[in-house]
Amino acid sequence: MSELVAGWPMLSVVTFLPAAGALLILLSRMSARGANPGYDNAVRVLTLLFTIATFIVSLFAFAAFDPNNPDYQLTENIPWAFGASYAMGVDTLAMSLVMLTTFLTPLCILASWSIEKQVSSYMVLFLILETLMIGVFCAQDIILFYIFFEGGLIPMFILIGVWGGERRVYAAFKFFLYTLLGSLLMLVAIVAMIAMARNAGIENPSFIPALTEFAQSGGFSPDIQIWLWLAFFASFAVKMPMWPVHTWLPDAHVEAPTAASVVLAAILLKMGGYGFLRFSLPMFPDASHFFTPFVFALSVIAIVWASLVAFRQLDMKKLIAYSSVAHMGFVTMGIFSGNEQGIQGAIFQMLSHGIISGALFLCVGVVYDRMHTREIAFYGGLVNRMPVYAAIFMLFTMGNVGLPGTSGFPGEILTMVGAFQVNAWVAAGAALGVILSAAYALTLYRKVAFGTIENPKLDKISDLDAREWITFVPLILATLVMGLAPGYVLDFTQNSALAISTAFAGGAP
Amino acid sequence: MNSHMTDLTQSLALAWPELLLVGFALAGAVVGAWFKDRAFGFLCFVGFAVIVAAGALSIGFGTLAPVEIFQGAMVVDGVAVFAKALIAFSAAATLALGADHFISTREQRFEFPILIALAVLGMFVMVSAQDLISLYVGVELQSLAAYVLAAWRRDDARSSEAGLKYFVLSAISSGLLLFGASFVYGFTGSIRFDAIASAVGEGAGGVGLLFGLVLMLCALGFKMSAAPFHMWTPDVYEGAPTPVTAFFAAAPKVAALALMVRVLYEPFAAMQDQWQQVVMALSAISMVWGSVAALLQTNLKRLMAYSSIGNMGFALMGVASGGEMGASSALIYMALYLPANIGLFALILAMRRDGEPAETVADMAGMAQRRPWMAALFTMLLFSIAGIPPFAGFIGKLLVFGAAVDAGLIWLAVLGGVAAVVAAAYYLRLLASIWFAPPVGQLQAPSGTIMVTATAAAALTFPVLVVLLGMVEGWAEAAVRMSF
Repeated sequence: MSELVAGWPMLSVVTFLPAAGALLILLSRMSARGANPGYDNAVRVLTLLFTIATFIVSLFAFAAFDPNNPDYQLTENIPWAFGASYAMGVDTLAMSLVMLTTFLTPLCILASWSIEKQVSSYMVLFLILETLMIGVFCAQDIILFYIFFEGGLIPMFILIGVWGGERRVYAAFKFFLYTLLGSLLMLVAIVAMIAMARNAGIENPSFIPALTEFAQSGGFSPDIQIWLWLAFFASFAVKMPMWPVHTWLPDAHVEAPTAASVVLAAILLKMGGYGFLRFSLPMFPDASHFFTPFVFALSVIAIVWASLVAFRQLDMKKLIAYSSVAHMGFVTMGIFSGNEQGIQGAIFQMLSHGIISGALFLCVGVVYDRMHTREIAFYGGLVNRMPVYAAIFMLFTMGNVGLPGTSGFPGEILTMVGAFQVNAWVAAGAALGVILSAAYALTLYRKVAFGTIENPKLDKISDLDAREWITFVPLILATLVMGLAPGYVLDFTQNSALAISTAFAGGAP
Repeated sequence: MNSHMTDLTQSLALAWPELLLVGFALAGAVVGAWFKDRAFGFLCFVGFAVIVAAGALSIGFGTLAPVEIFQGAMVVDGVAVFAKALIAFSAAATLALGADHFISTREQRFEFPILIALAVLGMFVMVSAQDLISLYVGVELQSLAAYVLAAWRRDDARSSEAGLKYFVLSAISSGLLLFGASFVYGFTGSIRFDAIASAVGEGAGGVGLLFGLVLMLCALGFKMSAAPFHMWTPDVYEGAPTPVTAFFAAAPKVAALALMVRVLYEPFAAMQDQWQQVVMALSAISMVWGSVAALLQTNLKRLMAYSSIGNMGFALMGVASGGEMGASSALIYMALYLPANIGLFALILAMRRDGEPAETVADMAGMAQRRPWMAALFTMLLFSIAGIPPFAGFIGKLLVFGAAVDAGLIWLAVLGGVAAVVAAAYYLRLLASIWFAPPVGQLQAPSGTIMVTATAAAALTFPVLVVLLGMVEGWAEAAVRMSF
């Protein structure tokens, strides 16, 4: 299979195939005038085909990728203007996140079938968003990375603002401005890093491997590292999101349309963790050591506090949003434990959270499509009318709790093992969070699914249809496979985790 | 005498673009006097061709290494050529928009293309000035044409007010410029830039010279509407007819910026420590005020005025950084900012709702549903001006930040970052109106000229046009390196 595509710029194809689809739809729209249900359906199918094609091409890339090779692979490098280059390449960490993105996007399109308003605009924006998300993980040039990283705000802003709920405009503004402030501080830091590397005689200072090498050979003094680290932290902590800069997330999640919520939780949040792993730890190891207690404190606060807040939510999406904040606390804790287990756990947790939280938002979307409310109190006894739905919802709830056998478990346990080696109290605090997560997730499930149907409006609610079935089956399989055989994923990501933990160990404690 | 003749023949050969503009302005006035306003369409067409040709000729005949003409009164060099090309193409685009607009509003007065050509001529002189006299002549020629253009609708109170306000305030700044120039002359003993440079290099002047320099900088700050000398901008932008506003927002800014770069880098290169502080202050105040004051604006053109103040602040960040990188980043910033700005004005011109021109942010409500193509162009151009990747405006910001950080002005870059976030808030308000608000009334279909301009401008916001970007970058850097 891999011989077939040898010599192809695989990553560029994966990245820009969705954008090509978007262009095609834009061109086709010129001929279609006015509301036309047939045209809307054609656009939906075309979008689905493009996202599936992207997934298939990414499978080819995956096949051509050698997980035992610790270097960047499938590289492309074309010199570009302004000292930057169009450099693409993936290591195991990036490859796994690319696969997550291409795997989830077709499911998001399936979940967006019920969108009726300005369908072609919606699909165009979604395809552009996919291009930008994949680009973030493939970019090997720090400026190219930044272009993809921040460019993703644009389609998301419009998606939330046009197709969102009642307070969508407020949520869209908050999302955009919060993340932009963090990003721009990072941009200044990036510019400063490039200037320092250039003045030290590095030939291609914006090339991430060259910059990493420069940083690890002591290019940035510990004092400067502190400032650079803080600037990057401003961006990634908002994206992650960490307590106390997480407040945009519940608003954005609640107001966004279902598929945008899925993408937000499953992929956009992962860019924060990816950034910590790609930049903060390897490039600023001294500063990372210095700030470890600070990050640990924020992580534990996030885990415990967000779990408690989630417990009190009346809105299903808001509850899942706060549970995301808590789960991302595990990720930051694992990353900054700095050892192999912790980082492996963090990567695993990112992938697993991508699937489980995405699936949970889809579960909310299923009932929202039918009843147009996300209020927990509205529901109850759904198991009587929707047994299949209740079973699937149960599986993902268990995944969210971190039940062994689902993909939620290995990540949590590994991050805690990693953190325990550094600081037992932190691990203990996180363990408390695991208990709390069981409390809020099971309560949500009990209130929504169990009991008898009290609300007469639910009498007619129907179980999953074929489209929803197709959406959920891949997610169920992924959750179970990753839970029962985590070795596949862990072996795959081992190289990256090892490299990052070695780089981190190089810093002064 | 003989050497004078050789100088003149050589100078005329290099001054083709300027001569062409003069020729058009004079001949056009005669044609207009004979045919009156019937000649409007014809003159606009010829004027467009002449201005484009002047831009093309200045590229074609231009040299990167400096060549002095007219006995050292003017110079042809890389920076001048770069600026002239930008000025000519943006002026030509706004002339086309104006012709289209005035024909549709039946305000065809033949002076319009002639005044634009004269303003372009003034700007050409500005950017290639090599002594204080040609500097002043260039600035005045450009300004005089601009006063008349601002008061174009003489029966309209707002337009007359704009013209008068512009004239009075601008006259004061010209006074400052002359006053400062007289100090410079007095303390260095010459009006020629090279003589001033060597006098400054030998440590002439002292406080008196510094005083002259600061006065000149204030005047130039006024011409490019940098805060705190920006007061006239919102009123003039609002009062002048929209195509004229588009013209004001584009070409004169490049001319003033290129002139400032020339004044600072040539005669006053040795005083960088002193002027850097002034330019830094101009840049910081412009960025902050341009973004904060715009937050409360509802009028589209006033909002664009504050946006241009903020953007000049970013370009000045490059100038403040000094060095080759500083000047070339500022020039590239302008090269990337101008097309987007003109495209936005084209779209604002196109927005006529129920026969009335759209004036406020709320008038754009629901554009995404009624005119999706226009909305898409608007979105791209606004994000480009806001400096959000992947659009070209981002590259401009990246470069000026780079220049500032390289020069050790990290605080200025951080301040710029914060200002860009605040500015993003009001650009997002426009976008929210376009995308999120339900449509009210019927938007009229835009004309062909406007759509072509806006589409071309939007296409230029994509930095994926790698070739183009690399070319602009290489050109600007070579221009600055060879010129100073």
